[in-house]
Amino acid sequence: MKIADYEKLVGKDIIYELTLLAKKLKRKKIQCINSTRVGGGVAEILSRLIPLLNDLGIDATWDVIAADTDYFNVTKAFHNALHGRKVDINQSMFDKFLSTGKKILKDTKIYGDIVFVHDPQPMMLVDAKSRGNKWLWRCHVDVSRPYPEVWEFLRKYIEKYDSSIFSSPKFASKLDIPQFLVAPSIDPFSEKNRDLTKTEIDTALARYGIERDKPIITQVSRFDYLKDPVGVIDAYRLVKKYIDCQLILAGNEAADDPEMDMVYKDIMQHKGDDPDIHVLLIKPENNDLDVNAIQRASAVVIQKSIREGFALTVTEALWKERPVVASAVGGIPLQISHGHSGLLCHTVGGAALHIRELLHSPEYARQLGKNAKEHVRRNFLSTRHLRDYMMLFLYLYNPQDIIYL
Amino acid sequence: MNWWTKKSSNPFQFYTSVKLREVTGRKARTLRELVEIIKEVSGSVIYYHTHVFLQRHQNISPEPPNDFAFWVSSTLGENKLSEELASIDICEFSTIRELRERIIKTIENHLFETKEPQRYALQGKEFEFIKAHSIVMPAGFTAHNLKEFATILEKVTIHSIYFHIFEARLRLEKAVNDFAFWIGTSVGSPELAKIIESLDPYTFTGEGLRRELIKIINDWCTTHK
Repeated sequence: MKIADYEKLVGKDIIYELTLLAKKLKRKKIQCINSTRVGGGVAEILSRLIPLLNDLGIDATWDVIAADTDYFNVTKAFHNALHGRKVDINQSMFDKFLSTGKKILKDTKIYGDIVFVHDPQPMMLVDAKSRGNKWLWRCHVDVSRPYPEVWEFLRKYIEKYDSSIFSSPKFASKLDIPQFLVAPSIDPFSEKNRDLTKTEIDTALARYGIERDKPIITQVSRFDYLKDPVGVIDAYRLVKKYIDCQLILAGNEAADDPEMDMVYKDIMQHKGDDPDIHVLLIKPENNDLDVNAIQRASAVVIQKSIREGFALTVTEALWKERPVVASAVGGIPLQISHGHSGLLCHTVGGAALHIRELLHSPEYARQLGKNAKEHVRRNFLSTRHLRDYMMLFLYLYNPQDIIYL
Repeated sequence: MNWWTKKSSNPFQFYTSVKLREVTGRKARTLRELVEIIKEVSGSVIYYHTHVFLQRHQNISPEPPNDFAFWVSSTLGENKLSEELASIDICEFSTIRELRERIIKTIENHLFETKEPQRYALQGKEFEFIKAHSIVMPAGFTAHNLKEFATILEKVTIHSIYFHIFEARLRLEKAVNDFAFWIGTSVGSPELAKIIESLDPYTFTGEGLRRELIKIINDWCTTHK
């Protein structure tokens, strides 16, 4: 997509603002570095934003580090530890991180005026920092309650950067360098979010034998206890007492999570023989289109998570003008202003009550959906993400409270 | 006189301002901590918590433009104090310093009067102090008369309108908003300037504010031929 394509969605004025910011960055070379070109949220964001930066006339490039599987096993363990999960960490893991880090440093050419490093895997590259360039570290992980041993180890490297970026103040941690806030975003033109025809929606639903004869309540998430799928079924049953409806629990078949089978079994057991509960294991090749269709076909989208990151599935549903009922956890309250752009809940009973309210008051549901789309349009699309990054690049050269360009 | 086309002595150059948010690392769990941190943080933090919420949610409703009021009610359940904080009339102040003092006084009065034990925010629900860095740049539009001015108001970003109405007056301490200043001094209409100046911009949605400004100028030019 070209930046001009976004004009019809966000308006001429926003695109104009982006071009003004971009003009001031024309002479800077931006080098983004992460650990993979495909799969995962970071790669998805970079694959979208780099072409848009280039289209704005900015010399932005994307490099990927190379390392062996053992190294990535160590960084995966570190990732989980940063999330606050209990993991076995030992000295050999730190040694592996350091030795491979040195090799990565040797093998990676650093040429950017601004070197923009994502997540812990390429973190040690900061040892190549020189006087001439600026270094940014983007943390995509919630480090509010990290495992201290790992955090203290990585912190030494993080604090060599000029600035860091987090998705939410709640995900940040105490650091001696500036910490900026940049929320994630969705791409309105991606397969997961683009407009669909009625035929496309019906075809996708037909793949799973779902008819639109009853209102559909949907939760899209990987099968994980933290997403409380059993609680979602309980909430659906409370709604079903009064309104004949159906429930879709949709997850990606390829999710790389050892717990998934256990959670799936629990869900199936709790579902029993209710034909109106559809538990969908979506194939990766169909995932984006089918999730898009299912969200669009839903009367209510639910996200009854116990813990969340930013919750981009909520953003996706809000963008599709769906009325959303979601737990007030993680990044969800940043996206949903209760009673204006969706409804927040804390319990199974609360979730069920809000779903009933929405199903009984379609006009109210429509209004929430309309407000939700506008909120996403202004705050959580790729164009806002681009703007934040460009502002940050400019800040690195003008670290002031008020910067005049 | 045709006010629409009367040439201003100086053109009005529109600017726009976008915000970069920085975590300060300061957090409050109680009202006492809140007020002590409010005393210490920079003006950019006070500006953020009294204005940026309005900007982020400006499409939805004219919310009270005050994060402090929201937290005090939603987290501590101090509804009376929340209402007092939300109803602080920001238009009364021409500097962040004055606004900060009023917020401090409001909370300290409450702390002095209340007989209840101190309430604590649960872990994860603390008030997080954020700082707003503003990047100010020319918006690419210049008006030489009220007709051009009203036409540009229709197409300029909402960030530009917020900059000239809120930020220029309070954060850059210009005493009046930029629109009223230009109309009063360069267009030569203190009467219209006064109407713009007396507008209560905090109770409009973003687009509502844009429409209201255009309507005021349209109505005034039509009735003052």
